[in-house]
Amino acid sequence: MLQLFADGLIQGAMVSLGAIGLTLTYSILRFANFTQGELVTGGAYAALMALAGFAGTAQRAGTFAGLSFGWPMLVALLLAMLATGGLALTIEWLLFGRLRRHGSAITLVIASFGASLALRNLIAFGFGPQPQYFSRDLQIAIPIMPGVRLTPDQLFLVGVTAALVAALHFFLTRTTLGRAMRATAENPALAMLIGIDVRAVVRWTWLVGGALAAVAGVFLGLTVQVRPSMGFDLLLPLFAAAILGGIGNPYGAVLGGLLIGLAESLSVPWVGSEYRQAVGFLVMLAALLWRPQGLLGERA
Amino acid sequence: MDGYIAYGVFFLTVASIYALVCLGLNLQWGATGLFNVGVAGFFAVGAYATAILTCPDFPGQVGGFSLPVPVGWLGALLAGGLAALLVGLPTLRLRDDYLAISTFGIAIVIQLVALNFQPLTGGALGINFIPRPLAAWFSDAGRYGIFYLAVVAAIVSAAYWALERLVRSPWGRVLRAIREDEAAAAALGKSPAVFRLQAFVLGSMLMGLAGGLHASFYGFISPADFQPILTFQAWTMLVLGGSGNNRGALVGAVAVWALWSASGALLHAVLPADLQVRGAALQIVLIGVVLAAALLFRPRGLIGEEPIVSRHARL
Repeated sequence: MLQLFADGLIQGAMVSLGAIGLTLTYSILRFANFTQGELVTGGAYAALMALAGFAGTAQRAGTFAGLSFGWPMLVALLLAMLATGGLALTIEWLLFGRLRRHGSAITLVIASFGASLALRNLIAFGFGPQPQYFSRDLQIAIPIMPGVRLTPDQLFLVGVTAALVAALHFFLTRTTLGRAMRATAENPALAMLIGIDVRAVVRWTWLVGGALAAVAGVFLGLTVQVRPSMGFDLLLPLFAAAILGGIGNPYGAVLGGLLIGLAESLSVPWVGSEYRQAVGFLVMLAALLWRPQGLLGERA
Repeated sequence: MDGYIAYGVFFLTVASIYALVCLGLNLQWGATGLFNVGVAGFFAVGAYATAILTCPDFPGQVGGFSLPVPVGWLGALLAGGLAALLVGLPTLRLRDDYLAISTFGIAIVIQLVALNFQPLTGGALGINFIPRPLAAWFSDAGRYGIFYLAVVAAIVSAAYWALERLVRSPWGRVLRAIREDEAAAAALGKSPAVFRLQAFVLGSMLMGLAGGLHASFYGFISPADFQPILTFQAWTMLVLGGSGNNRGALVGAVAVWALWSASGALLHAVLPADLQVRGAALQIVLIGVVLAAALLFRPRGLIGEEPIVSRHARL
């Protein structure tokens, strides 16, 4: 039972990271972005490519004590965050920016659904459909509490997620850019009126959302595997988390992500792991029925 | 020569089944502005309903009712509507993105059930030996193909006729009013949530029926038939043909299905054998590009929406 709880938190941490990007694009650009899943996938593949790039040095650098990776992995993670942010900006520049100028929010949703499918298949075309791994070494789970065993990688992942969420909180509340983002989410016209460069805010939204998605993708790749549909399979939990927490609210996305992770994990003994995604969906439907504004949301 | 005719009949049958899906989607999106990202799910529910109702009894398999095929199709119609009711009830009173996300979700859940709930759906292997209507009356496969095409075409024509009547009726005008300005429609005493739910359920019923026609046509269904790509194809058809116009939905279905078949054949001929599997991915990218281009450069589609749908109104 406690083990399921711990597994749920690990899964929830990854869902949270992805859902933050989803909820940020929703609150600032006002549309449900179906490409978020592919940003997660893109991040994982970008890290794989970076690692392949300095394969020689990776051998010499060795690994951190207990973890399955060393410094190259962290550098690859940073590069993947940049690359995925860049990918998000490219999609915005190619498609969403143009559509926003003449079209409704819902046209963006169709376009993002199409872009998601095209990206997923482009990745499958480029890298092949077979799953890949960051490391093939077997990691021994260490007991951290009576009845709970986690691998060092998983502990590292929880730590980094907590640090990133804290950094995001600092960014949104203490920096000018973060405040500008919140102002734009609240009221774009008014934000523009007081001199906020809304286009810059939009660009930063994609960058931050894409970078966090990349982290989720790399962690998902570390703990499970890297395959072209990994992000798409995560998309429903991401949406469920964003809605449950209150769409548009980044803290809600974190809370929702953890709750969805827990719900999925705790339901496994009853419904089996095949139906994990369905559990997230049912939680989402329940939230929409009884509290459509979400746990931390203010308006419907 | 016979080969070409047989292929033409096959092509038109599949295109007509897609056309029925597009008509349903056009009622939801074109007429009412409802965003359904789960077309594949409603189609799948209809296909499985037909299969379960009409199939003979197999050991270890739920269903096997051996009912007549039209009853199976009726079941498909109802199953599509029921699934729509399930997602529509909680979400149709909220912002339109919630419906998009929920329909996306139900399609994935239906896919999961199809893959994993073996006693009902046959799991990944699917359901085989789905009866074809009146197959015993025909000795010649080619003639049967033409007969089935006629049946599908008749159903699509009936749906087209009924939808044209509906869109031009006062009910259809309320849908458009809600799409254009919900507050104004509500001020006139029309409940947006109720009308939306009606349009959504009706559209999904057509998708379910199309799924049933698909199941009886191929005689075999498996979860692989109901991937998100199906949703995406239906959207591309409607957007390219012209959403808001039933004729646009029909034209788009034929045009995009032709593009899809032709690009598939081309990739098959051009790519070496070891790249064939990846070529399928490229085909999907192509459709994605077509949709994005249509949205950017010709958002009203090949045939746009008519500005006036009422017989009584004049400019």
